Amino acid sequence: MTAREEILGRIRAAAVPPAPAAPRRYLRHAPGLAEDDRPAVLALFVERLEEYGARVLRADRPGPAVAEALAAEGARSVVLPDGLPAEWTADWDGESRPDRPPLPNAELDATEAVLTGCTAAVAESGTLILDGGPAQGRRAATLLPDLHVCVVRAEQVHSALPGALARLDPRRPLTFISGPSATADIEMIRVRGVHGPRRLVVVLLD
Amino acid sequence: MTRSFLGWPAFPAAARQEVENRQLRENVRRATHTIRGKRAALAAERPDWEDLRDAAAAIKDRVLADLERYLLQVEERVTAAGGTVHWARDAAEANRIVTDLVRATGESEIVKVKSMLTEEIGLDAALAAAGINARETDLAAAIVQLGDDLPSHVVVPALHRNRTEIRDIFVREMGRHGRPAPEGLTDDPAELAEAARLHLREKFLGAKVAVSGANFMVAETGTMVVVESEGNGRMCLTLADTLISVVGIEKTVPSWQDLEVFLQVLARNATGERMSPYTSTWTGTTDGDGPRTFHLVLVDNGRTRALADPTGRQALRCIRCGACMNICPVYERTGGHAYGSVYPGPIGAILNPLLKGLDDPQTASLPYASTLCGACNEVCPVRIRFTDVLLDLRAQVADGGQHPVERAALNTVGAVMERPMLWKAAVKSAGLVGPLLPERLKPPGVLGGWTDSRTLPDIPRESFRSWWKRNEGGAQ
Repeated sequence: MTAREEILGRIRAAAVPPAPAAPRRYLRHAPGLAEDDRPAVLALFVERLEEYGARVLRADRPGPAVAEALAAEGARSVVLPDGLPAEWTADWDGESRPDRPPLPNAELDATEAVLTGCTAAVAESGTLILDGGPAQGRRAATLLPDLHVCVVRAEQVHSALPGALARLDPRRPLTFISGPSATADIEMIRVRGVHGPRRLVVVLLD
Repeated sequence: MTRSFLGWPAFPAAARQEVENRQLRENVRRATHTIRGKRAALAAERPDWEDLRDAAAAIKDRVLADLERYLLQVEERVTAAGGTVHWARDAAEANRIVTDLVRATGESEIVKVKSMLTEEIGLDAALAAAGINARETDLAAAIVQLGDDLPSHVVVPALHRNRTEIRDIFVREMGRHGRPAPEGLTDDPAELAEAARLHLREKFLGAKVAVSGANFMVAETGTMVVVESEGNGRMCLTLADTLISVVGIEKTVPSWQDLEVFLQVLARNATGERMSPYTSTWTGTTDGDGPRTFHLVLVDNGRTRALADPTGRQALRCIRCGACMNICPVYERTGGHAYGSVYPGPIGAILNPLLKGLDDPQTASLPYASTLCGACNEVCPVRIRFTDVLLDLRAQVADGGQHPVERAALNTVGAVMERPMLWKAAVKSAGLVGPLLPERLKPPGVLGGWTDSRTLPDIPRESFRSWWKRNEGGAQ
């Protein structure tokens, strides 16, 4: 008998009785906020990002804000994924490294920053979600540079996770980012920045 | 890793040794109290916390009720997305499958994402025996591996170590496995994390093969989910050419939507964060992004044995958040190693006997490693009734002849309680004898063990029945 047949046979033999459908009484939006109060949702998003040490710039136009974000962090080189609107880097005068053809890992590692958009964001947990689509890049490109600048359009921000999950495509490789890389493995003291980008700047376009 | 829990002493013997280690007790106490406080604050933040727990428990029960169908769905979806699915009955079979897959790549050094299942099956040692050096990349797992130590917690495996011990391990060991610790390394946590970053960076960039577990596996879509903080997981899952994920069959959740429940409770309950910094999901392989080859090894290793236990099967709902150990008064004093397994604390006390059976004295001792205070029931995000399972397992141990004295005592008590006259007489005589007993009673023979770690309670001079009668039911 194959392992597969044997395991499935053991499961049948366990004869577990049927279970009822799961109750889903939990909230589908951030606690304490009215569902349609957009200014409050965006304010919560900013508050949560800043709580875990991300920097947030609110802007009407991406160009100046992106240039300001990169300059403030002292970045001189930036990886640009495919499909990034030219407008985002219009005011940036440092070195741009388009990820086409795909940059070798060593070069990604040697680049100071990466600039991306996202596919969705979550206010309640301050989460950015990338799915590898246009302007979001391969997963390696958002991982190796030490600074991640992410442009989020206000309408992409969901109040809580259920709303965001419902519009994602699970067939794509997804990365949920809730704060810069961190560890608390040494005496439960939070240290920011281990392997992933140690600095995160969000440009929120109102 | 060469150390293992094989041949570990039963809980009372192991615990006696651990509680005498003052440093360990202090490290564990500080860590558990810190996480406990953070978790409590973050759980209180959600007014719908109990609703989330209801949903999480019910979704897991639904998986267990229909596990065959969901696993077949996982297999079909992962295969359709370009992955290859393997099935392993036990640890030896899982280790053999992974070893063969790594060998086929020709690589002899690989990187790993922290996974309790690969600890459970002893994968690192099995790979080492085959000449494959598997490097742990989670900071805590790396501390444990470099120190030739054993994990003592499911979320923070090195919580029994303080910063000075960690510094000494880094200085002594890093150079033997790659980039040495920086000159003049202090015990500042930020400096230690930086040393780990530099040491591991060259491994990530050079690795062709990575091994991971998964926090969740979505049947509907064939999607794997890994939740982590440091980015070591992302490095392994993304930069290697070949990814091998070794996953326990109980990690399944039915639908993509179900993740909205588990992703909202896991970090909150595990580390006191709203979400962990990084959650990665992938379905098979993706052209131009990440590994070109993906293998999923589905592991039983006792899970179907646990599934067949009507009371115990609820332990398979566990999502490894570690909250039960952080709140447990026994774990706080003994640390994790006393449990003789990668699953310590209350979940270890029930999961190990359920996975391995009660035949050996070590696993049979675990259901007794509890005060039955029930704090674990209260913090469990999937509502495992630990105390119910502990009592049921104790009954199984007693029925199995492991504790004949307890069995005999319970039989006698049962017989007396069933006969009102005998019960009245027993209660009355206890009240008379009680005041005469010395404070530290040491009954003769095997019964003496009972009072070694317990203080005999004061026995009231008068029984409640007698008081009730004398006061006419409190009317006096």
